[in-house]
Amino acid sequence: MISRLLRRAALAAGVALAFASGSASAQDRAMAFTGATIHTMAGPVIENGTLVIEDGKIVAVGADVAVPADAETRDASGMVIMPGIVDTHSHIGSVAGADRSSPIQPDVRAMDAINPKDASIAKARAGGVTTANVMPGSGWLVSGQTFYMRLRDGDTIEDIAWYFPDGAVMGGLKMANGTNPIGSTPGFPGTRAKSAALARAAFAEAQGYCKGERKKVDLGKETLCEVLSGKRLVHFHTHRADDIMTVLRLQREFGFKVLIQHGMEAWKVAEELAAAGVPVSNILVDSPGGKLEAMESRLETAAILERAGVLTSLHSDDGIIDSRLMFRQAGIAVRGGMSREGALRALTINGAEQLGLDDRVGSLEPGKDADFLILDGDPLSVYTDLMETWIEGQKLFDRTTEEGRLLAEGGYGAGNPMELAHHHWEVAEAEAAQ
Amino acid sequence: MIARIAKLVALALAVSPVSLAAQDIAVRAGTLHTMEGPAISDGVVVIRNGKIAAVGPASSTAIPEGIEVLTASVATPGLVDARTVVGLAGFMNQPHDQDQLDSSSPVQPQLRAIDGYNPEEELVGWLRSFGITTIHTGHGPGAVVSGQTMVAKTWAKTADAAAIVPRAMIAANLGASALDREKGPGTRSKQIALLRAALTAARTPDSEKSGAQKDDSEKFEKLDTRVWKDVLARRVPLMVTANRAQDMMSALRLKEEFGIDVVIDGGAESYLLLDELREAGVTVILHPTMARHFGDMENASFTTAAKLREAGIPFALQSGYEGYVPKTRVILWEAGWAAANGLAPEHALSAVTVDAAQAIGMGDRVGSLRVGKDGDVALFDGDPLEYTSHVTGVVIDGRVASREVR
Repeated sequence: MISRLLRRAALAAGVALAFASGSASAQDRAMAFTGATIHTMAGPVIENGTLVIEDGKIVAVGADVAVPADAETRDASGMVIMPGIVDTHSHIGSVAGADRSSPIQPDVRAMDAINPKDASIAKARAGGVTTANVMPGSGWLVSGQTFYMRLRDGDTIEDIAWYFPDGAVMGGLKMANGTNPIGSTPGFPGTRAKSAALARAAFAEAQGYCKGERKKVDLGKETLCEVLSGKRLVHFHTHRADDIMTVLRLQREFGFKVLIQHGMEAWKVAEELAAAGVPVSNILVDSPGGKLEAMESRLETAAILERAGVLTSLHSDDGIIDSRLMFRQAGIAVRGGMSREGALRALTINGAEQLGLDDRVGSLEPGKDADFLILDGDPLSVYTDLMETWIEGQKLFDRTTEEGRLLAEGGYGAGNPMELAHHHWEVAEAEAAQ
Repeated sequence: MIARIAKLVALALAVSPVSLAAQDIAVRAGTLHTMEGPAISDGVVVIRNGKIAAVGPASSTAIPEGIEVLTASVATPGLVDARTVVGLAGFMNQPHDQDQLDSSSPVQPQLRAIDGYNPEEELVGWLRSFGITTIHTGHGPGAVVSGQTMVAKTWAKTADAAAIVPRAMIAANLGASALDREKGPGTRSKQIALLRAALTAARTPDSEKSGAQKDDSEKFEKLDTRVWKDVLARRVPLMVTANRAQDMMSALRLKEEFGIDVVIDGGAESYLLLDELREAGVTVILHPTMARHFGDMENASFTTAAKLREAGIPFALQSGYEGYVPKTRVILWEAGWAAANGLAPEHALSAVTVDAAQAIGMGDRVGSLRVGKDGDVALFDGDPLEYTSHVTGVVIDGRVASREVR
């Protein structure tokens, strides 16, 4: 028993060391994946292509790529390589935000609630998600700051954060209209008009504050200043066409950057969204209804938005849709009339662009981060398995391992972080013993 | 105005399930999955008077002159959803359209599905447009015994016309979905105690009842008692929704103690009990493959369907109950996800056709393309299990129920 504990301690130390040194330099030497079908999202599909990565970055990608002499080469014939999924709306990590004390709480941060060891994060990686906008709920007009998560195998929230150029943890601001924020809790709006009035008042007040000297710091208003300056994107939960138009009115009045979240009825106002240049993070659910605002959800929404020229991503809203079903959702988008390439873009580069991360992730181009997926076939076929998820040049999900299968498929212990951690140890011990 | 009325009438005739159009039609498909053997390439199914009259290769199967012929690249039997709540749990999800649960008492086997089923419900039409022609629907989770279930066709004007089995099973729920810490039952033990008490009371001969009970039962046999007697006489099975292994074992203990027919519904951890389930000879109506993995389902696996199949345990897939968005799942897609996770494509199709029909006692009537069975067919423009394929038509009892491309 003692020896087992000691071994665990030694392993823990080893893991910690490996993380400390390994995370910074993702791999010691270049790696080349050859013979793959590569969806770069930055040009035509490359058949029999090669992807070269080094130090966590993409060095080269193409059909005629010289493989560095010292590179470790992996034959990826018959495999498909594409960028990691950017999920623009997720609730993994046991995230929370505002409490019921007020309908507008821009000072509250998702990052202070997220558990970086939550099992849902590893499961999302097993679904191919490499970056996610993790948000508080929609039962408030402003439920807090969202968190742009890099799905590294980290121990702290800082380990798994994206950062603004100024070094601050990166995220947007979650807002909502329609029925969810409306309620009988004191201070909360009773109508749509009241919802809009409260949101307008908050921004109008912030405008004055932001122009002033800001000697007495108001954390909530500081956040709204970041929204008004365009630094922080507004993620606006909204379903009905009239509610979407209300968002566009608010956006015109205050000039913030906004991403429509869900947009169940966005198909009705696709032209208006295109004209306003406002993008949509859409979800396609199995059937209409479940709530009044979702009665007119359609499988065709993403396709209609694509045709109208609206920059469209697809999101999981995990737990509404499990993160491991993102490819399935892209398939449904194609069923609804979206182009196959467009559906894959909606999983990757479009979301990266919406979050302002497209200079780092979302496509496979030299200089970008080595966040990519390896699949054993057409990404849009149900018969295809996601085999590996790589983030910054590190393989963080491998379906051929016992742990990988548990994460990808579920099973006993997969739902419980403690069980999962225990399982992780068992696997580590078994591997160490070999 | 008259022209307008005429147009309305024409429209009504076109979509009305009771139109007088003959129930004769043929479907010719590049790949015809009869589910009675290997798929037939360039196959034909001929339907006369709503029933299947002939099935076979186009080269040797005559299509009677003058009847409409639908063509598709792929056709299957009309899909069978082995467990849903559509028709009772409405799509708006507002108090006025949720008829799958009455919370006044934890045990109410006398509640009939047919008295709550709305054949015009949006979600019934939604499922129909995706090729689902038969549903096992009824009362849902939330009570230890929430009521009865029925088997219905998805295209009918009235519940009576829709119902092909007005009382199919009695819906019982064990575990988290039927616990109520305040009103009770507050524990799993209490859930089983309630069921044992009900079955024990119904099993006690009238002659052995105490005076007061005897007086009552002589005057009027209560509705719930009648149902329990039918359960004890194995005239109707008890469908027990149980996801944790311990709850499934509780259901098997009930089966053993009272000699009743039990069908396991949910079965998230059934992969832990393959031997026990096989020995008990029960059918598993497995949770939707894509059901969320939390609560009693935290250990669910996408591969359970494949494991049940491999173990030789009869099972079917279902759309189940959903409390929020989406309000129902679609078994076609659940079958696709099972095929994505180890279940052979032909077995995934079986789980939503012939095996589903068998699981709900409808094996002689629906679920495969066999002469004499109902003329229910789903048409596709590609592999039905691929999410990117479309349903291109639906035939129910020999009538075209949908020509929508979905």
